[in-house]
Amino acid sequence: MAISGVEIFKHLPKTNCKKCGHPTCLAFAMKLAAQQASLDACPDASEDAKAFLGAASEPPIRRITIGAGDKALKVGEETVLSRHEKKFVNPCGFALVVNDTDSAIEAKAKSVADSEIERVGQKLRVELVAVKDASGDALTFSGAVGKVVAAAPNVGVVLMSANVEALKGALAQLSGKKPLIYAADAGNWEQMVELAKGAGASLVVKADGLEALSDLVEKVVASGFKDLMLDPSPKSPKDMVEQYTQIRRAALKKSYKPFGFPIFSVAVDADPLVEQARASVCIAKYASVVVMSDASKWKTLALMALRQNLYTDPQVPMQVKANLYKIGDANENSPLMITTNFSLTYFIVLGEVENSKVPAWILVMDSEGLSVLTAWAAGKFTAAKIAQYIDESGIKDKVASKELIIPGYVAVLSGSLEEKLPGWKITVGPREANGLPAFLKNKVS
Amino acid sequence: MAFVVPKENYSGKVLEVEIGTGPKAVKIGGENTLPYLAFEGQVPNKTVVAYEIQDVPPEDWPSTVQSAYKDVSADPVKWALYCQNELGAQMIALRLIGTHPDRQDRSPEEAAKTVVAVLAAIDVPLIILGSNHAEKDAQVLKAACDATAGKNCLVGKAQEANYKTIVASAMAAGHKIIAMSDLDVNLSKQLNILITQMGFDKGKIVTDPMSSALGYGIEYTYSVMERIRQAALLQNDPTMSPPLVNDIGMYVWKVKETIAPESDLPEWGGLEERAIGWETTTAMGLLMAGSNLLIMRHPKAIATVRKMVDELV
Ligand code: B12
Ligand code: SF4
Repeated sequence: MAISGVEIFKHLPKTNCKKCGHPTCLAFAMKLAAQQASLDACPDASEDAKAFLGAASEPPIRRITIGAGDKALKVGEETVLSRHEKKFVNPCGFALVVNDTDSAIEAKAKSVADSEIERVGQKLRVELVAVKDASGDALTFSGAVGKVVAAAPNVGVVLMSANVEALKGALAQLSGKKPLIYAADAGNWEQMVELAKGAGASLVVKADGLEALSDLVEKVVASGFKDLMLDPSPKSPKDMVEQYTQIRRAALKKSYKPFGFPIFSVAVDADPLVEQARASVCIAKYASVVVMSDASKWKTLALMALRQNLYTDPQVPMQVKANLYKIGDANENSPLMITTNFSLTYFIVLGEVENSKVPAWILVMDSEGLSVLTAWAAGKFTAAKIAQYIDESGIKDKVASKELIIPGYVAVLSGSLEEKLPGWKITVGPREANGLPAFLKNKVS
Repeated sequence: MAFVVPKENYSGKVLEVEIGTGPKAVKIGGENTLPYLAFEGQVPNKTVVAYEIQDVPPEDWPSTVQSAYKDVSADPVKWALYCQNELGAQMIALRLIGTHPDRQDRSPEEAAKTVVAVLAAIDVPLIILGSNHAEKDAQVLKAACDATAGKNCLVGKAQEANYKTIVASAMAAGHKIIAMSDLDVNLSKQLNILITQMGFDKGKIVTDPMSSALGYGIEYTYSVMERIRQAALLQNDPTMSPPLVNDIGMYVWKVKETIAPESDLPEWGGLEERAIGWETTTAMGLLMAGSNLLIMRHPKAIATVRKMVDELV
């Protein structure tokens, strides 16, 4: 956060007492501005100074937590507009919306609770259930929320209602669970803020367009409540891209405080494929919670993958530890395969080896997180390096067969590998990992 | 504090490229904003989607997408007409995969005949694609260019290893070219420079940053595209200004998510929807990174992406 030393100086005691270890208050202020000192060092700093610096050192986009426990969803705190500048910080959450009148509400909540899958070594899931007040009846709404809490006790909850009575009943069942309320608008914000404050909930502020949203957020913040998310009510994907970009840009480039909150996005469409496409727009364009009306596995699988891909670190590929991995009940006569330590590569190969049900060894070589072909092209997966790794890995003591299966794409390595590894047989495996089950079964039969 | 719309000042512009002849010719590019930010500039042309067809039956395509064309795919002309007339294709992309030495190894002359036949049958613009075999593509695309002069086709891919022949043939035929490099901003820039040094107009190049499927490296393509766009618009780098093409079908329709039956992986849901959704989501991701032209396979995925494109302007 760019804030000048002179600005900070205005809030210091100006006594130059040196207790902070600096010759003058101004010198100390300069250090603070450069983030090389902490205000704690000045024993006489006023509450005003603390508040001022506290606000200035807040992340430009506030962190919001929805739900409690280890499954709580944490969003916000983003620092860039493009992922190549720096890693996107907190992956957006997915919310399945269910009507309070839906007789399948428990089953749907349960499907969210059970949505976790593993992909490239990470656990991914749909994080939230959003209960929508379709009945207009306070008892029906709070009853529905009760069912969701019972069916999916660890899942974060979004309450979509404008009815204060309905929300009160619902919030009573969510104490300590940090729900999110949708939404405060120009007409009801005071009541909504009071409800959210009282219940430890966060609140979506919703208005038509960015100007109205900005005005409303300023009022809410002035009233002393800041656990907010933003919904500018986009009418189309065009609005989404434009408005969300403006919000993110205003927060990060202009330090525009009213937009320093994560974005709440409703991607709902009656056609599930269109809904998936809309949600893709939201994921790429800065939404922090994406609401959908259908969380079929085929659909969320792709969206989870997109979210995972766009939120990976652009500088450091996801890697696994170079090592010899024992799959199933492998013994000294089980097949031995080699691959690189790019997570994607390893987990695809692992999945197929497990698929085959053939016990086997996978030797993972450090390629600095590059895939097989990329590593080969970059000279990190060469015959000489593989041979050296085989020598150093101690694998010879574990595997009797002395046969090494190499990826089909690097078949060209087989000749030089046989030269460099005397006594070893080099076998070229299939090119794509999905050929491994048939290959391995054939091998051990 | 009153909210002021934070606008970016763009000094550059994406070059506009026209492909095809007659009333159904299409224009891509031409925008002077980052993808679909019309509030701060002009987005004169929407992203176009081309249907991919092949010179030989698509036996290697997974069943979900193969079955969508089962009645027409034995004949490239029928297949092209089906896409144009029944599915409303804006463009056809004919991949001469049968010329690959590991496939049918068809000759450049045979391939050129197929191209001429398809071109004669359709009135939407044609993209002529090789088999991604650098040496063979040089011969095949040369023959194809020679046989189609004046039709303003888009021809590719010209890569570092083979661009000279392809660029020369395209220049003689008056065609546009796809210049592809390996997922690297500097390599892409360098290839554009080499191509223009041959006297080829930079306004006739379409850049292929090299695509990758969702879940299999899409983030690399995404960031390379964002960086190319930012270089063109914010740094006004004319060598990075051609519009962007993403040839995604061939990457998407080989990953497990578009092939594995639900019975093997119940946690992944139904295969048909999953596969179509995988192509849709891949396309949507790259659309957000600045794609001007998408080459895709499944009719439902294409219809969905086109609907989204319409709603983005
Ligand atoms: C993403 C990518 C990159 C990323 C790196 C990603 C990473 N972490 O590795 C970046 C942008 C950094 C990159 C850079 C380069 N890349 Co690159 N890259 C790709 C791309 C698009 C995808 C690679 C990928 O992630 N594949 C997915 C993984 C899972 O595949 P995989 O590891 O091969 O594993 C599969 C199989 O090999 C098999 N398998 C794996 N292990 C085993 C083991 C056994 C026993 C068996 C049987 C099978 C098996 O199963 C897996 C699934 O089927 C490919 C093109 C493509 N679409 O394939 C080019 C590609 C690999 N890159 C290529 C090149 C040339 C390069 C560069 C040298 C070029 C450059 N731009 O400078 C650099 C080198 C890197 C460096 N110097 O740092 C070329 C390699 C060509 C060749 N044959 O030599 C490719 C093929 C592109 C092309 N020209 O067509 N690249
Ligand atoms: S301790 Fe505080 S008052 Fe004293 S010199 Fe340092 S900043 Fe000034």
